[in-house]
Amino acid sequence: MGQNRLIVSLSPHDHAKDSVSKIMYGVVIAMIPALLVSVYFFGLDAIRVNLIAIAACIFFEWIIQKLLLKGELTITDGSAIVTGMLLAFNVPSNLPWWIIVIGALVSIGIGKMSFGGLGNNPFNPALVGRVFLLISFPVQMTSWPKVQVLNFAMTDAQTGATPLAIVKEGLKNGESFSSIINNLPTSYSDMFFGQMGGSLGEISAIALIIGGLYMLYRKIITWHIPVSIIATVAIFTGILYGINPDKYADPLFHLLTGGLMLGAIFMATDMVTSPMTAKGMIIYGVGIGIITVLIRVWGAYPEGVSFAILIMNAFTPLINYYVKPKRFGEIVKK
Amino acid sequence: MNNWKNFTKGFIKENPVFVLVLGMCPTLGVTTSAINGLGMGLATTFVLFGSNVVISLVKNFIPDKVRIPSFIVIIASFVTIIDLSMSAYVPDLYKSLGLFIPLIVVNCIVLGRAEAFASKNTIISSAIDGLGMGLGFSFALTLLGALRELLGAYSLFGHKFINTDGILVFVLAPGAFLGLAYLIAIMKRINK
Repeated sequence: MGQNRLIVSLSPHDHAKDSVSKIMYGVVIAMIPALLVSVYFFGLDAIRVNLIAIAACIFFEWIIQKLLLKGELTITDGSAIVTGMLLAFNVPSNLPWWIIVIGALVSIGIGKMSFGGLGNNPFNPALVGRVFLLISFPVQMTSWPKVQVLNFAMTDAQTGATPLAIVKEGLKNGESFSSIINNLPTSYSDMFFGQMGGSLGEISAIALIIGGLYMLYRKIITWHIPVSIIATVAIFTGILYGINPDKYADPLFHLLTGGLMLGAIFMATDMVTSPMTAKGMIIYGVGIGIITVLIRVWGAYPEGVSFAILIMNAFTPLINYYVKPKRFGEIVKK
Repeated sequence: MNNWKNFTKGFIKENPVFVLVLGMCPTLGVTTSAINGLGMGLATTFVLFGSNVVISLVKNFIPDKVRIPSFIVIIASFVTIIDLSMSAYVPDLYKSLGLFIPLIVVNCIVLGRAEAFASKNTIISSAIDGLGMGLGFSFALTLLGALRELLGAYSLFGHKFINTDGILVFVLAPGAFLGLAYLIAIMKRINK
């Protein structure tokens, strides 16, 4: 007798059209608007960073699966492409190629494969890579190139700080928020469409929201996580702004700058590392929102979304343990 | 157990850091460079060797109920010796290791070997055990320190290869955890 080819699994025998690769390529499509905006503002450098990150992620996934794990090759499921793109979205567009390669190795090697590959990783791989790079190469990771519309010359662009860093520095020096924001070269509509310094993919709120709506339509994500993160940040910073409008930035500024939209829509909603139930997702989102504001307002770094998501990733198993859906026919104990 | 096996078990098979996972505080705390790891390891080796010999000598006089305080007193005497000698002869290393030298008193490995080995075995085999475990600990700390120094500052034993800042995370606390985790993984692979 050879191998048993007729394996009957346990019920329910559900034939959904969803698969890992379908979802992953859906996410890739959702990221295209933000990618186009970054090419518009940062030129060919944006494509260069993306290609290096994707190629390196696929290469490291392939070599680790081939040589170390000796398991099934899963590089075609698209998860390495998503990790690579998210990593590229989270770094400045003028990052040297070898730093991107190190980031890809950390994302795939430490963030994902060390735990056994896709589905077993407790932390979002792309964020592990980004935070590793941020702590390891603080100079290169925070010299943001200034935006230049449709400049394909690949020349060395000027660098400058992000609006968040400018505001944090100004508030620390005792200036009032309204005077800082008046001196800022970027208006709120610039921030909304993406004309500001920052990481490659985080700049344009509108492009990220379009991508998010597409993922909602495809049912890749649900509304709970992004909405709860954004609402928490808006309410928390709104209270602070209400207490002292000179000392704290207003909620709209917090929503439009930094990696909040990218984090809330693309990073925090990663299926593997976020809670499973709707209630759990809201707890998770509120946690991310609170930690983000705490770091942005009182922390050492101007931006805290990536740290907040990683911290709440660590709480995901705990949330899943305590917030369980009611079983069919279950009677609530008094 | 023959003496050679007793000596070599501390390096790979029962390495205090990679297999027993004892003494994590100095392992994670001082291994920012290879020389720090080596210095800390050798200081611990001296204490392990001395305390193992003395505890093995007096094991029949110590009442069972007060054995742990007695062990601690013996260990603390040796730590004081190494503490004062290091501050006299290698002041730079002593400064960079700081509090971790007096903390050898409460190092799990030292007390663990006293309790598990020296209080039950002869002087010769206790001495060999202390030496083997201590050198295994030094080997592990030097390896981790060298790895972190190499990646974090692109240098080895203070000799710089590339004149820039390294991957800074490796000289910070997360680098210690990452480096140790992968070294333990490699050791498991070797031991299998």
